[in-house]
Amino acid sequence: MNIVVLVKQVPDTWSERKLSDADHTLDRASADAVLDEINERAVEEALLAKEAQGGEVTVVCMGPERANEAIRKALSMGADSAVHVSDEALHGSDAVQTARTLAAAIGTLESVDLVIAGNESTDGRAGAVPAMVAELLGWPQLTYARKLDTDGQSVSIERESDAGVATVEANLPALVSVTEKINEPRYPSFKGIMAAKKKPVSTLSVADVGLSADEVGLGSAPTQVVSSAPAPPKEAGVKVTDEGEGGVQIVEFLSGQKLV
Amino acid sequence: MSEVLVLVDHAAGEVRKVTLELLTAARRLGEPAAVVVGESGTAGKLADSLTAYGASKIYVAESAEAGQYLITPQVDVLASLVSSAQPAAVLVPASIDGKEIAGRLAVRTGSGLLSEAVDLDAEGVAAHSLFGGAYQASAKATTATTVVTVLPGSVEAEAASGAGEQVTAEVPAQDAGRAATVTGHQPAEAGDRPELTEAGVVVSGGRGVGSAENFAVIEKLADSLGAAVGASRAAVDSGYYPPQFQVGQTGKTVSPQLYVALGISGAIQHRAGMQTSKTIVAVNKDPEAPIFDIADYGMVGDLFKVAPQLTDEVEKRKS
Ligand SMILES: Cc1cc2nc3c(=O)[nH]c(=O)nc-3n(C[C@H](O)[C@H](O)[C@H](O)COP(=O)(O)OP(=O)(O)OC[C@H]3O[C@@H](n4cnc5c(N)ncnc54)[C@H](O)[C@@H]3O)c2cc1C
Ligand SMILES: Nc1ncnc2c1ncn2[C@@H]1O[C@H](COP(=O)(O)O)[C@@H](O)[C@H]1O
Repeated sequence: MNIVVLVKQVPDTWSERKLSDADHTLDRASADAVLDEINERAVEEALLAKEAQGGEVTVVCMGPERANEAIRKALSMGADSAVHVSDEALHGSDAVQTARTLAAAIGTLESVDLVIAGNESTDGRAGAVPAMVAELLGWPQLTYARKLDTDGQSVSIERESDAGVATVEANLPALVSVTEKINEPRYPSFKGIMAAKKKPVSTLSVADVGLSADEVGLGSAPTQVVSSAPAPPKEAGVKVTDEGEGGVQIVEFLSGQKLV
Repeated sequence: MSEVLVLVDHAAGEVRKVTLELLTAARRLGEPAAVVVGESGTAGKLADSLTAYGASKIYVAESAEAGQYLITPQVDVLASLVSSAQPAAVLVPASIDGKEIAGRLAVRTGSGLLSEAVDLDAEGVAAHSLFGGAYQASAKATTATTVVTVLPGSVEAEAASGAGEQVTAEVPAQDAGRAATVTGHQPAEAGDRPELTEAGVVVSGGRGVGSAENFAVIEKLADSLGAAVGASRAAVDSGYYPPQFQVGQTGKTVSPQLYVALGISGAIQHRAGMQTSKTIVAVNKDPEAPIFDIADYGMVGDLFKVAPQLTDEVEKRKS
C-alpha cells in the first residue's frame, strides 16, 4: 500500500515567533525550525501501516529549502522517499494555495492509497489543509483520528471531537489526519539517520507539479494580511506567598475585581 | 444588502452560543441568513433563537444523511447556497468541524478563507490573534465571497429580532466513494459545567494535581465558581483528565474573564492557549514558575491547601 505523509516544518514552539515587518509573512529566520511534532506522529502511523500491510511511505512537504531538515528527520524515522515542493513563487501562499500545491504534488505520484497528515499545525493552526487536500483530490476525509485501522482496502478511525468519539469509515484512497493522542513517535536510530542521507528526495518547482506561478504565492493569494504587530506583553501582577490564608486572599482579590 | 450565511452549530435541539455570536457579527456585514443542516425536525426547535438574534432567513437543510456522513453534507449545502445567494461572506464557528467545513467550502467555491477570526468589521476585515496571543494581525479576502471561521467567545452576542423566514434547502445526496461514513458515535458526557471555549471562568489543573482522583479538588473549585474545567497537556498525558479539556497550543484556546491555573508551570505552549484571558490567577508551589510572569494574582503555595480554602470561601460568600 502506498502511503503519503504530509509534513510541515514550523518554527519551534519553544522559540519566539513573529511575522516579518515587510510583508506580514512568517519570519522563518528568527526562530529555530523543526518538523512539527504532530507530523512525527503522522509519520509513525504511516510506518505502522506499512509494517502491517507492506508498501512504501513517501513524505510530501511544501516549504523553503531549509525544510529539507524536516524531511530528513521523517526519512530517518523510516519513510522511504520524499517530494519537496520548493519554489520562490510559493512565498506567502495561504492555506488554500498550500492545499492546492500539496494536492498537485500528490497527483505526481503513482497509485497513492492513503494520505496521512497532522490535524493542525502549530504555526498557522488553520486546521483545514487536510480537509482541503481531500476536497481537491475528491477523496473521503477521516480527520482527527486518535486510532487508525486499515486492511489495505478500507480505513476506519476513531475520531475525537467536542461532540464525542465517532467511528468513521471509508474505502481507499482516502485522507486521514491524526491527533497528538494517536501514538508516541519513534526516535530515529543511528542507522536510520545514516540511511536517510541516501534516500531519494525529489525537489519539485511549482511548474513541476503542474501549477503556474501566478496561482500561488503572496501576490495572488485570495486573502491578504493588511496589518500585523506584536501584541502588548501581559504584565505580571502581584505575587504573594501562602501563609495559611491563601484561599481567602484570592477571594478578596477576585471580589475586588468584581469576579465573585 | 447582500446575504451573510451563518452555519448554525447545534447540539441536542439547541443552538450553541457561538451561533448567536456569529449572527451578531454577520449583521455588521449584511443580512444574516442562518443555515441549519441536520436530521429532519432539527430547524423547528432552533428557529426561535435564531430569529431572536437577527436571522432574516433560515435555510432549512434536513436529511437523514446529514448525520451519517462527516463534514461533506454541510459543505454541499453551503456550496449550493453560495452559488444561488451570492453571499458577501459565510461565517462558520472555528471548531474542529467548522474549520474543515470552511476549508472545503473555500476550495470548492474559489473563496478566500480567513481562519480563527477574533473580530470582524463591516468591510469584512478580520482580526486574528497569532502564536497564542503573542501577535495580532488583520486580514481580508479579495474574492467575491469570504469564508471566515470565528473563534467562539470573541464576539459579544447581541439580540435583535429578525424576520426568520424559513426557506427549504436541498441536502445533495452523498457519494459514498468520496465521503466518509459515520458508523458509530459515543457522545461526550454532557456534564453540568459550561463548555470550555464558551465559559466565563475556567479552572485548570496541571501535573501538580498528581492524579485523576485529585482532580476532584479542581472540579469542586470550578463548580463553586460556575466554571469550566481545563487541563495542561502534562495532566492529560498522565491520564488525569480527558483530552478534550486540554488548553494550549495543541488544545483549546480559551479567553475567559477569569482563568485559574493550579499546579501548572506555565510552559509557553500552555500560555498559548490562555494568555488572552482577562484575569489570570495562578497557584504554584514553585515561586519561579513561569506562570507567575503572566498572572494578575499569583499565590506561591500548595494547591491542596489553597484550593479547598478558596472553594469554601466562595461558597461562604454565596450563602
Ligand atoms: C508541540 C508542543 C505542543 C504542546 N501543547 C501543549 C498544550 O496544548 N497544552 C499544554 O498545557 N502543554 C502543551 N505542551 C507541553 C508543555 O511544553 C508543558 O510540558 C506542559 O504544559 C506542562 O504541564 P504542567 O504545567 O501541568 O506540568 P509541569 O511543567 O510539570 O508543571 C507542574 C507544576 O506544578 C507545580 N506543583 C506541583 N505540585 C504542586 C502542589 N501541590 N501545589 C502547587 N503547585 C504544585 C510545580 O511547581 C510545577 O510548576 C506542548 C509541548 C509541545 C512541544
Ligand atoms: N506546507 C505544508 N507541507 C506539507 N504538509 C502541510 C503543509 N501545510 C500543512 N500541511 C499538512 O496539514 C496539516 C495541518 O496543517 P494546517 O491545516 O496548516 O493546520 C499538517 O500537520 C501537515 O500534515
